Amino acid sequence: MNPAFSVILLTTLTGAGQGLFLALFGSELAHALKLSAPMPGHDFYVLGALISLALSGAGLVASFFHLGRPERAWRSAAMWRTSWLSREVIVLPAFMATTALYALSHAMSWPITLATGAIGAALALALFVCTGMIYACLKFLQEWASPLTVINYLVLGCASGLTLASAYAALSAAELMTMMTSLAIALTVLGLATRSASLLRNARLRPRSSLQTAIGVHHPRIAQRSQGLMGGSFNTREFFHHRTLQFLRSVKWTFLLLAFVLPVLLLAAGAMTASPPLLWLAFAVQYVGLLAERWYFFAQANHPQNLYYQTIS
Amino acid sequence: MTQLALVIDLNVCVGCQACVTSCKSWNTSGTAGSLADLNPYDEDPTGTFFNRVQTFEVGSYPNTETVHFPKSCLHCEDPPCVPVCPTGASYKRAEDGIVLVDYDKCIGCKYCSWACPYGVRELDPERKEMTKCTLCVDRIYNEALPERDRKPACVLACPTSARIFGDVHDPDSVASKAIRERGGYQLMPEWGTEPSNHYLPRRKTEMTIRPDEIVRTDNPLKVDGLKPMPDASTPALDDAASW
Ligand code: SF4
Ligand code: SF4
Repeated sequence: MNPAFSVILLTTLTGAGQGLFLALFGSELAHALKLSAPMPGHDFYVLGALISLALSGAGLVASFFHLGRPERAWRSAAMWRTSWLSREVIVLPAFMATTALYALSHAMSWPITLATGAIGAALALALFVCTGMIYACLKFLQEWASPLTVINYLVLGCASGLTLASAYAALSAAELMTMMTSLAIALTVLGLATRSASLLRNARLRPRSSLQTAIGVHHPRIAQRSQGLMGGSFNTREFFHHRTLQFLRSVKWTFLLLAFVLPVLLLAAGAMTASPPLLWLAFAVQYVGLLAERWYFFAQANHPQNLYYQTIS
Repeated sequence: MTQLALVIDLNVCVGCQACVTSCKSWNTSGTAGSLADLNPYDEDPTGTFFNRVQTFEVGSYPNTETVHFPKSCLHCEDPPCVPVCPTGASYKRAEDGIVLVDYDKCIGCKYCSWACPYGVRELDPERKEMTKCTLCVDRIYNEALPERDRKPACVLACPTSARIFGDVHDPDSVASKAIRERGGYQLMPEWGTEPSNHYLPRRKTEMTIRPDEIVRTDNPLKVDGLKPMPDASTPALDDAASW
């Protein structure tokens, strides 16, 4: 597939926003359950929820650039019974609204923070599932059609949000920093495991379709002589990344390094020296790594329609 | 239940592109809106087509065969492109099984094109809406057209009659008979999409000549000069041989 920057930004930005929200609510819940977690003041939660809101809002804005007819976007909530995209379109604003309410209830010291937080957390998790299922439900895109796709969206989003929460806590709630950084490290390591699992799975995939089944001619040697176009078409633009295999491979190693290895080192160093700049750097590096990860996620998917365009694939 | 579809005979398709141009001409002039045509006379011409003809060479030289392969929406019985559409713009008609896009509802998110394994949906680069073959839904029921013209434009244009249009659920239709009797098959059956359009495979063409066809007077294989000159009054098989 040809990775679209609007979708890469949408999924990485909202993923970090959801992860941050889960981190905030998690710390509040841990305190409420008397799990020896300290509870910083309301301000920490207000600003944190606003940062999460800003991230998902930015993701929402980015998503509009993916649409050919953004003015009709409101129609996309219609088919929630069958379409995961439609479900995402409903859950994302609901999550943003709940995040806003969470910030407000903390700002006003209303006693509903835990309840709103629980709803927001459920919506954040549901949003991860919707986003992942948009890709995982396309069964003939074999690289995506796996539970690992959903797991990766969930784990990588949480890792990115927790890294952000660590950096944020280091600035404004130092008592939470150790908990956040250890969780961020744990999730980043888990993300390395689940993402590597999907890389290994995809490396061993056998495509179910072939040029033979695509045109129904069962001869081992078929060469394409004409693609039915001269200067390209939607099909040659949308479904090919137009990069070399070498470039693809270097993106893979880049994201493994930037999204997982470096952030873990920076998080550990930041926690040990209690240095906010190092933790913010960890978030920035990991975010860039996740951009590369998402680019690779799209580029690696090999659509069966490419069989009809042998010269480009 | 009716399921309208095309049956495409790869045995007679000569790759002339008549169906491609006829399709584009009808569908770009219709009420549904034009189909883009960018740089038509310059380098890298591109645009939207509902139907494209590709060419494949099968086998290795010199034992090769050329297969011209027309490709358009197959109007799947279980179309994966429909349930994924968030707006309901993509739908399959219950009455005749045609898969259509309601252009006014489409937001151009391209999700349906990702969900079609055959790569036959094209987002129009100017209208920014998803477009695809409609089986000429605006022709086949069009009472303003004479009865014999109420067929898809590609079917009418094909000079070799490689495209058969009909109801594949009616066992007595020409389309169903062709599928049954000439080994009609579906593309990528492995995904369970059940395409309604079928393709007829290529067949071996054998020439049979009887001995009397070689010696008789109107044998076209005879060298001109050696032609026997029968009397003008001698009865012959055709006028040309009687001179
Ligand atoms: S061929 Fe593609 S666009 Fe047409 S009905 Fe089947 S899946 Fe949908
Ligand atoms: S591009 Fe249009 S028809 Fe296709 S899924 Fe999106 S809204 Fe539906």
